Amino acid sequence: MKTSLTLLSAVLFSLTAHAADFELLNVSYDPTRELYSEFNKAFAKHYKEATGKKVSIDQSHGGSGKQARAVIDGLEADVVTLALAGDIDVIGKQADLIAPDWQKRLPNNSAPYTSTIVFVVRTDNPKNIQDWDDLVKPGVNVITPNPKTSGGARWNYLAAWAYALKKSGSEAKAKEFIAALYKNVPVLDTGARGSTTTFAQRGIGDVFLSWENEAWLIQREFPGKTKIVIPSLSILAEPTVAVVDKNVEKKGTAEVAKAYLEYLYSPEAQDIIGQNYYRPRDAAAAAKYSARFPKLNLVTIDGDFGGWAKAQKKHFDEGGIFDQIYQGK
Amino acid sequence: MAAIIISDPTRTTRPRKATAESLWSRWLIISIAVGFMGLMFVLPLVIIFQEAFRKGWEGFVQAFDDRATTHAIWLTLKVAAITVPLNTLFGLAAAWCISRFQFRGRRFLSSLIELPLWVSPVIAGMVYVLLFGAQGLFGPALKEHGIKIIFALPGIVLSTIFVTFTFVARVLAPQMEAQGQAEEEAAMTLGANGWQMFWRVTLPKIKWGLLYGIILCNARSMGEFGAVSVVSGHIRNKTNTVPLHIEVLYNEYQFVPAFAVASVLALLALVTLILKTLTTTQRGAA
Repeated sequence: MKTSLTLLSAVLFSLTAHAADFELLNVSYDPTRELYSEFNKAFAKHYKEATGKKVSIDQSHGGSGKQARAVIDGLEADVVTLALAGDIDVIGKQADLIAPDWQKRLPNNSAPYTSTIVFVVRTDNPKNIQDWDDLVKPGVNVITPNPKTSGGARWNYLAAWAYALKKSGSEAKAKEFIAALYKNVPVLDTGARGSTTTFAQRGIGDVFLSWENEAWLIQREFPGKTKIVIPSLSILAEPTVAVVDKNVEKKGTAEVAKAYLEYLYSPEAQDIIGQNYYRPRDAAAAAKYSARFPKLNLVTIDGDFGGWAKAQKKHFDEGGIFDQIYQGK
Repeated sequence: MAAIIISDPTRTTRPRKATAESLWSRWLIISIAVGFMGLMFVLPLVIIFQEAFRKGWEGFVQAFDDRATTHAIWLTLKVAAITVPLNTLFGLAAAWCISRFQFRGRRFLSSLIELPLWVSPVIAGMVYVLLFGAQGLFGPALKEHGIKIIFALPGIVLSTIFVTFTFVARVLAPQMEAQGQAEEEAAMTLGANGWQMFWRVTLPKIKWGLLYGIILCNARSMGEFGAVSVVSGHIRNKTNTVPLHIEVLYNEYQFVPAFAVASVLALLALVTLILKTLTTTQRGAA
């Protein structure tokens, strides 16, 4: 009886709890749930101290491409914090909600932190997976999400492509390598978190191509069950953030949304970022967490692929290389 | 004849029916059915409750001491409270129309009512995004007037209405058709008006069927995942219903809360099952 009363009062309380001066909606990609629930608390506190105004932030998470689609379809995000610049470009292009110069409005090309792609294997690593070449061997099950809907999956794909291209020197060979790799993928989830549960909770697959932050999270949530393998080459992932101009104009939240994203670059936020296994931009935070982030041989999207617009068109758009190899499967 | 049977030594006091299977095959069939049910339905149910109480009663209760969870429960109740009465009304009207009137396209209408059963819920969601989304048919007009449908309560209610529309109509139409309208006609000849006829004659005849339809409609509207997932936008504390919230909890490694909330839905299913059995017996008796 007492518990049901508590329940009832909790339900009623949740109805009256909305009393903030501003409400922001952050539409983000899949693995950032923990990062942003922590960051949101820090920002709300900071904003209250700085301006005296109360702000509450709502979160929505899913595959980066899927989330961009939802914003285009009318999900009223004040800010988008997605896995890659290409998905924010699409919102600007298809729905005209974000000004084309968005990436220049914040430091570091609007990417407040970086990450990379690593391998997660079972602790005893029975298939002895050490590098990209081991992923295309027959009988190895690789877990990665769907590059059509997931940002992390596109980074995975491009890292594999860069490795194969560097090794063989020919695009035709790289294409064969990618085809062989995706032949070994039994499940394509829509987002990174779906793939994480497929691999860690449901126990499917020998190796999981994962965001570095997600790989660390698995270590924390399922201690002793997996280990991280660093491949000889990976990619510098730069998840980007932007204010959705048209939406904040309408809702009158332009200033607080801008402050929200700028606060991501503050020392406090950079520390939260490092704590949550993302690579901070801030030198002090980077030094503090340097033990978790090994130096890696990294290719970049701008240097090696000519930017997201080009990479997206060539590899992931309708009829692109991913479609060709996946339909040929 | 009788003499032959008596003298037949293989015939015992209990003659075997020609249609009955042998004991062996009967047992085989029964154990396949029971085993399948156990594996596919009972075991998962048991596991849900086992996981929900993994950290004891305390852990179970704690799962509900969370704003996102209570909000999801509240939203689901709200959606059902809007959907079920509307679909009861629509279902009654549709069943009435099909069972009492003869018109062109009557058959088509009665198969249209079953549409939500064959269409994948994802499509139900997509249709509304295509109609009411920012890039959809009515998108610009809605935006101009500041009306939000998709990624808000109206969208969730619309897609829930779509997937649960069938139940009341599908239960009632055949029942009303079978019962015929002689009694209604009698009431009318005795001077009853339309409302009197409905409340005093029709409703008492169909009440158990109606209740059965409402129970099914309610269970499905609280449990719908696919269609709602498409139009929800997955905003915590805003547009996550209970089934969507369970997925969020599960994906955040909060297994006890995920299964605790899931067990509430499972309980709803069990209650539905009991009520359904009760109403079916009542319908049989009526």
